[in-house]
Amino acid sequence: MATFFDNTINGLVVGNIYALVAVGLALIFGVAGLINFAHGSVYMAGAYVGWLCVTKLGLPLWVALPAAAAGSALLGAAIERCGLRALYGKARIAPLLATIGISFILDQASQLIFGPFPQAFPSPLPTTRFQLGRVSIGYLDLLVAAVSLSIGLALWAFLRFSRLGWAVRATAQDRDAAQQMGVDVNRVNLTTFALAAALGGLGGALVGMYYGSVYPTMGFQATLKGFAAALLGGLGSIPGAIVGSLLLGLIESYGVAVLGSSYRNLFAFGILIAVLVVRPGGLFGDRRGLPPEPMTGTFIATSRPVRLPPWAIWALGTAAVLLPLVVPNPYILQILINAWLYGLLALSLTLVSGATGQTSLGHAGLLAIGGYASSLLAVRLGWPVEVSILAAGLITAGLAVVLVAPAFRLRGHYVAIATLGIGEIVTLVILNWESLTNGPIGLPGLPPLSLFGTPLVSTQAIYWLSLGVMLVILLMHARLDSSHLGRTFRAIREDEVAAQSYGISLNRYKGLAFALGGFSAGLSGAITAHMYSYINHETFGNTISILGLTMAILGGMGNALGAVLGAALLIIAPEMLRFLGDSRMLCYGLALVLLVRFRPQGLMGTM
Amino acid sequence: MLDIINLTRRFGGLTAVDGVSLRVAEGETVSIIGPNGAGKTTLFNLISGLDTPDAGSVQLAGHAIAGLAPERIAALGLARTFQHGRVFGNLSVRDNVLVGAHTRLRTARSGLPILGPLAELALALLRPAAVVHEERDLHAEVETILALFGERLQSRIDQPAHSLSYANRRRLEIARALALHPRLLLLDEPTAGMNPTETTEMLEVIRTLKNRGLSILLIEHKLELVMQLSDRVVVLDGGATIAEGLPATVRDNPQVIDAYLGRKHPAEVTNLPVRPASALTLEVA
Repeated sequence: MATFFDNTINGLVVGNIYALVAVGLALIFGVAGLINFAHGSVYMAGAYVGWLCVTKLGLPLWVALPAAAAGSALLGAAIERCGLRALYGKARIAPLLATIGISFILDQASQLIFGPFPQAFPSPLPTTRFQLGRVSIGYLDLLVAAVSLSIGLALWAFLRFSRLGWAVRATAQDRDAAQQMGVDVNRVNLTTFALAAALGGLGGALVGMYYGSVYPTMGFQATLKGFAAALLGGLGSIPGAIVGSLLLGLIESYGVAVLGSSYRNLFAFGILIAVLVVRPGGLFGDRRGLPPEPMTGTFIATSRPVRLPPWAIWALGTAAVLLPLVVPNPYILQILINAWLYGLLALSLTLVSGATGQTSLGHAGLLAIGGYASSLLAVRLGWPVEVSILAAGLITAGLAVVLVAPAFRLRGHYVAIATLGIGEIVTLVILNWESLTNGPIGLPGLPPLSLFGTPLVSTQAIYWLSLGVMLVILLMHARLDSSHLGRTFRAIREDEVAAQSYGISLNRYKGLAFALGGFSAGLSGAITAHMYSYINHETFGNTISILGLTMAILGGMGNALGAVLGAALLIIAPEMLRFLGDSRMLCYGLALVLLVRFRPQGLMGTM
Repeated sequence: MLDIINLTRRFGGLTAVDGVSLRVAEGETVSIIGPNGAGKTTLFNLISGLDTPDAGSVQLAGHAIAGLAPERIAALGLARTFQHGRVFGNLSVRDNVLVGAHTRLRTARSGLPILGPLAELALALLRPAAVVHEERDLHAEVETILALFGERLQSRIDQPAHSLSYANRRRLEIARALALHPRLLLLDEPTAGMNPTETTEMLEVIRTLKNRGLSILLIEHKLELVMQLSDRVVVLDGGATIAEGLPATVRDNPQVIDAYLGRKHPAEVTNLPVRPASALTLEVA
């Protein structure tokens, strides 16, 4: 029984911290209509500022915590001013993608500055715990409760009584009307981002102390948990975010007590998906609202695609096939093998996210499914590698449909969150299903790639195999694009309501798109696994999902040839920038941000 | 053709559609008029399946359709346009109209779970002769449909819909609806935002469709157009039917005039200060 009370206290404390993150997300969603994927990175930055103050500068907490809040507020304001302001009124997906890019940049930057490993963050508070009846409470628990309560009150007072607070609420209700009444909407946005970031940074610093460490990727989990909490309460509602956070904290705390700590994150993602599917409006939201009619339903940048003449396409294809005979350099060929395998991923994303408009942030999960499926078939059942790769493609296709099907009724930004959560669930299942996947140890000693019983060991052979598979999928996409399916997918992307009203079943065609996308992503993951002869749950990290999406955008959403071009460029370019060392990874995030700002239609144009 | 009985939809405390009953006979053109917020568009959303009624029934050519998914209702032969225009912006004019013909595609017909979509995929990839023919015939039909609007859309057939003018987008919506070969066509303010010339053109287009025997349910604010086109007029106010009948009868109904122009406030009628004419002249001087 004592543990029950302790778990409750623990859940409430963690829930309070989630509330700091979730309230920020809710504020930004309410005011800017944007799901801020960079919020977790701001939280991480706040944690590092707090850590620097306490451990390196030896400052007391009453300086360190305000410093963390101030530092992240500055960062939040900078994100709004430099990264997002130019994107309002552009395609609705633009600011979302920009926050993903910014988050990528910040996470990579902190890895460069502070190193990839966790840093110890000892709490400067005394560690003695009081015993209140059956419950034990520490100083840190009290601090967290005090901070979040006073912040909550201050926020309420700000929104309720200050002029700027009124302006924030007015903008959240009706941006245009507020602007016409003389509200400086840009100032409101800036304030909102700074405020939300301050709360997030404070949350980060407190979490760092609570768990005793800070690390560069801590923000990603926080973003997802913040989403889960904010969604649970109803996205955009501040009281909802607070209630959702406390509930999530409690569920996690009890769940971990029953099932063990390796399941901790599964609860958040489970709730995320369940809420999205059952009640996207959250506990306090409306269930059956109809989306407003847009003037034109474009979620994606408008443009005309660049059409290459057929001879140019043939020439490029022939050059790619003949290249190993002319340039047998294994280093160059290996880079191109990666390019073709990423090309498969980019083709998948350009179909699912580009042509059909379902922004996916969970494609790494599909690669992992493909890789594991093929490895297990080849190792456990002794299937020939080429057969197991093909089967892995089909299995991934099927699982992609089954896993994402609950999210088919969602739109726009919600699809992005759902797929992100689904991708994370795949990773967690792989990690926890030890009897099948070997858990964190992974599967070593995978048989090499083979074709008709002949193992392919030379780099040239692997090159031709990956190029061949990629070309087949590319041709398939090109053929689909000129069929009725090409326009049906795009009708869904442009306007789901109009598409449905003209007899297009969303489930059927989103299912087809995810099946096709799953097939090519599964092939890519399977080939990669056998090429490395090893796979574990970290082989396909979530940064790969973002990278694949960036490739598809670089090429032009929905443009199959563009996707391959985007993949080739983003794989080859960093090799040419080797002199930059580890900061090359930063370039991917930067590429995404710049692309969204200056060429949202990509190199080859949206199709 | 269309038979609506006692249809009701509430949003929280507001009853947007309040026990509306309505019939459209085969080949008939019925107009729905009423002030903004009367529930006209909500009624269209309920008929076309974008919204679910709280009570009441809707029958389309004998099929009960209330609560069905929009795609099922479309397949039964109902096409609609949208008040503010919902064309597929990045699709060409041609593809927009082709999407309208989606319910007629034999390629997309099989409704079997899993096998149906896979067969559709196989047909799209392999393209046997029947599929090629079907597609070619549809392309020819698109040209015929667009000819209804003269040169307005024909010359822009390969342009993306987002590049069209507002009026052209509205035309394109009607073209897309016609490609469905509808039994019943719902038009939601087809002339909104159009100038007088464009309105007259649209009137002629709708008259042509009417003369072809198409059943039409029309929401429209321009009364002149309503009077010329409608066989019957239904007036909605506050979600309920307040009048129904021949255009001329409805026009002279005092309740309708009240709903449209508003009643004078009693205080205004009695205590209106009358300014002497001399005061006016003084001011001018």
